[in-house]
Amino acid sequence: MNQIKVFWNGLVKENPTFVLLLGMCPTLGTTSSALNGMSMGLATMAVLIFSNLIISLIKSFIPDMVRIPSYIVVIASLVTILQMVIKAYAPEIDKSLGLFIPLIVVNCIILGRAEAFAAKNDPLSSVTDGVGMGLGFTMALTLLGGVRELLGTGRIFSFGIFPEDYGALVFVLAPGAFIALGYLIAIVNRLKN
Amino acid sequence: MAYILIVITAIFVNNIVLSQFLGICPFLGVSKKVESALGMGAAVAFVLTIATIVTYLIQKFVLEPNALEYLQTIAFILVIAALVQMVEIVLKNVNPGLYQALGVFLPLITTNCCILGVAILVAGGTYNAQGLEPDLLTGIIFAFSTAIGFALALTIFAGMREQLAMMNIPMGMQGMPIALVTAGLLAMAFMGFSGVDNGLSKAFGL
Repeated sequence: MNQIKVFWNGLVKENPTFVLLLGMCPTLGTTSSALNGMSMGLATMAVLIFSNLIISLIKSFIPDMVRIPSYIVVIASLVTILQMVIKAYAPEIDKSLGLFIPLIVVNCIILGRAEAFAAKNDPLSSVTDGVGMGLGFTMALTLLGGVRELLGTGRIFSFGIFPEDYGALVFVLAPGAFIALGYLIAIVNRLKN
Repeated sequence: MAYILIVITAIFVNNIVLSQFLGICPFLGVSKKVESALGMGAAVAFVLTIATIVTYLIQKFVLEPNALEYLQTIAFILVIAALVQMVEIVLKNVNPGLYQALGVFLPLITTNCCILGVAILVAGGTYNAQGLEPDLLTGIIFAFSTAIGFALALTIFAGMREQLAMMNIPMGMQGMPIALVTAGLLAMAFMGFSGVDNGLSKAFGL
């Protein structure tokens, strides 16, 4: 029961993008299409689950003073591994996400969850929290990417909904990212009240 | 002339915040007042330039000769974190006035992704050096002008938000949503600069 609560908390109640407003750089930078948004979300989720697991396992060995640097080393090592895996098995994702893969290190969601959750809880609930938060992030990025792709090019996951000529290209470009996210957060705020 | 082109491209055409989406967190977080926006901008310009120099030297003289390029992410983030701490300590003793002005913003900079992002771009030589060979000098110019672009976007945005605070905004749009839509309009304004770099490079005869 408790695990479900932790999971639901990450997915909906404290959704990292729409409620906590963390990790805005990848949220805006990689959501030019639903597929890009989803790959970024999944990559972040992979790092988040393992960093939560490792940090909750080693938390009792780390002196309080060097806590944050140690977390950063753990996260950076995981990101390096992920970077190699993506380069080897999915080079086209590596090309479309580019610089944003190494920048997962400075994504505030990961360090934030390490400090706020994994450092205080047992490994099992830390993994659950990672899965919940990661899925919440993936969901938000896929949604934002889908909205931008649909409004910009008339497609979702490259599947045509309406002719491309009717799309507003600005939604695929930089300004559309800010505007689409602004309105999505407004809609989420409206639904919450 | 190519150096001027690097500066103009980094500040206006490929603005780090409004078209590259790096450093969004401080852009949204520290933009309620023009004064603090200027402080943050200055702190980023300072740290970004130093961090770029140090990480470039580490990449060229430590990582590459030893075939350790895969350690880039770990090495850079640790160097940046240590550097920010060091800058804080040095500044505190050498120039207390400047420390007072920048102090609050310095610790926040470690997790500012534009520092790590620019460091990776410069070390890899994958930024737009306008036909010049990407070396330390073009890297420093690129990093510094990127930081100026960051400070410019942040300050303009803070000015807009100061005005926005006095407006009557619908309930659901208050706070972050209206700020994001405003940032979108600002990004649209900056899109007006696209193509300026091509025109200038033709005018300079590059």
